Amino acid sequence: MSNSALSANDADTVLSVRGAGKFFPGVKALQDVDFDLKRGEIHALLGENGAGKSTLIKVITGVHPRDAGAVLLDGAEIHPQHPGDAQGLGISTVYQEVNLVPTLSVAENLMLERQTRKFGLISWKKTEADAKAALDTLGLDIDVNRPLGSYSVAIQQLVAIARAVALDARVLILDEPTASLDGEEIQTLFRIMRELRGKGLGIVFVTHFLDQVYAVTDRITVLRNGRLVGTFVTKDLLQIDLINHMLGRELAEVSAHRHQDEGSYSGPKRSIQVKNLGKKRVLEPVSLDLNAGEIVGLAGLLGSGRTELSELIFGTQKADSGLVFLDGEPVMLRSPRHAIRAGFGLCPEDRKQDGIVAELSVRENIVLALQGRRGWLRPIPRAEQQQFADDMIRALGIATPDSEKPVGQLSGGNQQKVILARWLVSKPILLILDEPTRGIDVGAHADIIKLIKELCDEGLALLVASSELEEIVAFADRVAVMRDREKVSELVGAEITQTRIIEAIAR
Amino acid sequence: MKINERFYPILATLAVLALLYGYGIFEHRAFSDTYVLGALLTDNAFLIITAVGMTFVILSGGIDLSVGSMIAFIGVLMAELVTGFGMHPLMAALISLIVGAAFGAFMGVIIAKFDIQPFIITLAGMFFLRGVCFLINLDSVPIDHPFVAAFSGFKVQLPGRGWLTASALLMLATVIGGVVIAHYTRFGRNVYAIGGDRHSAELLGIPVHSTIIRVYTLSGFFSALSGVVFAFYTASAYPLAAVGVELDAIAAVVIGGTLLTGGMGFVMGTFFGGIIMGVIQTLIAFDGSLNSWWTKIMIGALLFGFIVLQRLITRSFSGMRAGAT
Repeated sequence: MSNSALSANDADTVLSVRGAGKFFPGVKALQDVDFDLKRGEIHALLGENGAGKSTLIKVITGVHPRDAGAVLLDGAEIHPQHPGDAQGLGISTVYQEVNLVPTLSVAENLMLERQTRKFGLISWKKTEADAKAALDTLGLDIDVNRPLGSYSVAIQQLVAIARAVALDARVLILDEPTASLDGEEIQTLFRIMRELRGKGLGIVFVTHFLDQVYAVTDRITVLRNGRLVGTFVTKDLLQIDLINHMLGRELAEVSAHRHQDEGSYSGPKRSIQVKNLGKKRVLEPVSLDLNAGEIVGLAGLLGSGRTELSELIFGTQKADSGLVFLDGEPVMLRSPRHAIRAGFGLCPEDRKQDGIVAELSVRENIVLALQGRRGWLRPIPRAEQQQFADDMIRALGIATPDSEKPVGQLSGGNQQKVILARWLVSKPILLILDEPTRGIDVGAHADIIKLIKELCDEGLALLVASSELEEIVAFADRVAVMRDREKVSELVGAEITQTRIIEAIAR
Repeated sequence: MKINERFYPILATLAVLALLYGYGIFEHRAFSDTYVLGALLTDNAFLIITAVGMTFVILSGGIDLSVGSMIAFIGVLMAELVTGFGMHPLMAALISLIVGAAFGAFMGVIIAKFDIQPFIITLAGMFFLRGVCFLINLDSVPIDHPFVAAFSGFKVQLPGRGWLTASALLMLATVIGGVVIAHYTRFGRNVYAIGGDRHSAELLGIPVHSTIIRVYTLSGFFSALSGVVFAFYTASAYPLAAVGVELDAIAAVVIGGTLLTGGMGFVMGTFFGGIIMGVIQTLIAFDGSLNSWWTKIMIGALLFGFIVLQRLITRSFSGMRAGAT
């Protein structure tokens, strides 16, 4: 045990994380992260998806046991085994998807396991009075007997906070609490956060809305790829620098991008035009051209509309305005099936959830989209399936002993290759890749990038959404920059630099 | 004043009960006699006792398919202890209750610790107990003892021509006990919380595993109690008794307004659900011209209705959660 690290906290610090590490098979989710939370401060925890925010919170609250480092509460090391433990110690967490029980009444949610009892039986009168008192501290006046689920998310969140406060929390972690609140509700939340700060609570605020970070926080800690970028005083940090910390690995400009001439691909010029495609409350109408043999990068912060645009083009979400044209003809995109029939493919951000079918073999996963495109009434002969699978395993260098291994047992990089292979055998016109290199080790990372370039040279139109700016800079011919669910800029050729992209995001 | 949405299903249950009972009184004058009420309470006693246990299981988001076999097994066990070993029926009943609770706890431990679907574990329990019945006894055997005779002969006169039997009284006590456990103990509230959202319940610091184990223990206990009442009431034991009672019990719980997915419902509702099933049976018996299978048809139709109603209520919940801006 390194005593120097343990003694580093002063009297103001309520929670201190020293050199925290968390490793999952093949992924270092958290590496050597330090984090200090003072009494009476609101501390923003920022980073893109996969930066390690959630992992850090889970390590602090005992959802995941930590693999390295120490967590100190008021100077004493703690080892919470589960969130209930952490709660008992005074660390309460309120999640975006409110973790209360919607079918129980508000009073019960506040008082679970703490109901007042008389002669061993619950006294509802006293319990309800206690619940009302807990809500009063937040200035919330609602009928505590109605089920929690009948109230808006904003109220539910406030109830969750009231519960945390009533449990004598010293540390309050708010994980994306504002994602589903409207302007007024957010102001109420901020008012309550400031009041709690005044009472000496340490508040960790996780969000991806930068204006909110500036509105309410005192300090900012930025994580990136599981590592600590730094802790900053909010009012001394310019927004553009903050975005730089979140997205750019280093400030030195690398000008290693493709600058591919039009000439490298000379097949038929298929073109896809996205015209004013949008959906209320999801994405402002976006127009974008995607051409065969061209890679279009989609840049922007988390929640900027990157993923939403991909999903609208692929039909996972239904657009309520705009159209997509393929070679001038409008394409009906009511569901992914229509998109696949039209020759579109999507490698989603969350491979495990939306991409692979873990129990099926490599071969079965590879022929899935092709089968979908042919229709289920025309099965692909087994020999042909085998041929496809073997070709792809060779062409993409998928590390698997044979084509019958369940995909779930492969590493992240190889799973991603299997998904790529799935779309390649169905010979798509447009392939959308959402965060294709997320959670993939460095070697496979380079492979995937190389593959993306090769695919493009073969005449595919590619749309690649990524939070790795150097990645986008390295391969994109054009970059669409998203901010606040809107396309704010389009950069071409030599304009594509990290600085220009960050400027566009921050403007 | 706005009626709390939690009460919608049980209000529907009461409406159905009032409708059916009203129809019975309107069609057959004898229906209003307390004799019918007494018979309803007695004939459905063992079903409702089981269903009270089942209510807790379903509230927790689980299911217990072993209760029917448990009733038969306890009957056979009682017969063996009383007739074979010459034990006093009360002693035999005590042992039976302990065995039933222990078996429930055993299933609960497997369900909780290994995180296995309760459906499959209790299905295994169902086959296992039914099989053990035949291991002990192949035929129907009488349970001969003065106490058993006294039990089945015991009556409390009601106003009118009706009376309450010992079975009915035990059942009513069970219902009251169930209500107290469900609404006035932390264990009971934790069952609701786990059924409402297990993940959240865990994050709220509820001891999920031990609560689930206790739920199945309780269900084992109540189905064993039901087996004891059944054995006393019929004064006999038969390995093929109570086949399908687990499904009747689930139906009583659902018609009683408890959400099949867990988290919402009332033990009192289950009592009414069981009575509704009895009323339907009685109505068809009174009618005389209808085949008894019409009971099943009516219960099936009611189940359809209640499941759709539940869906509508829960949808209004989740809709509010997702649709809020």
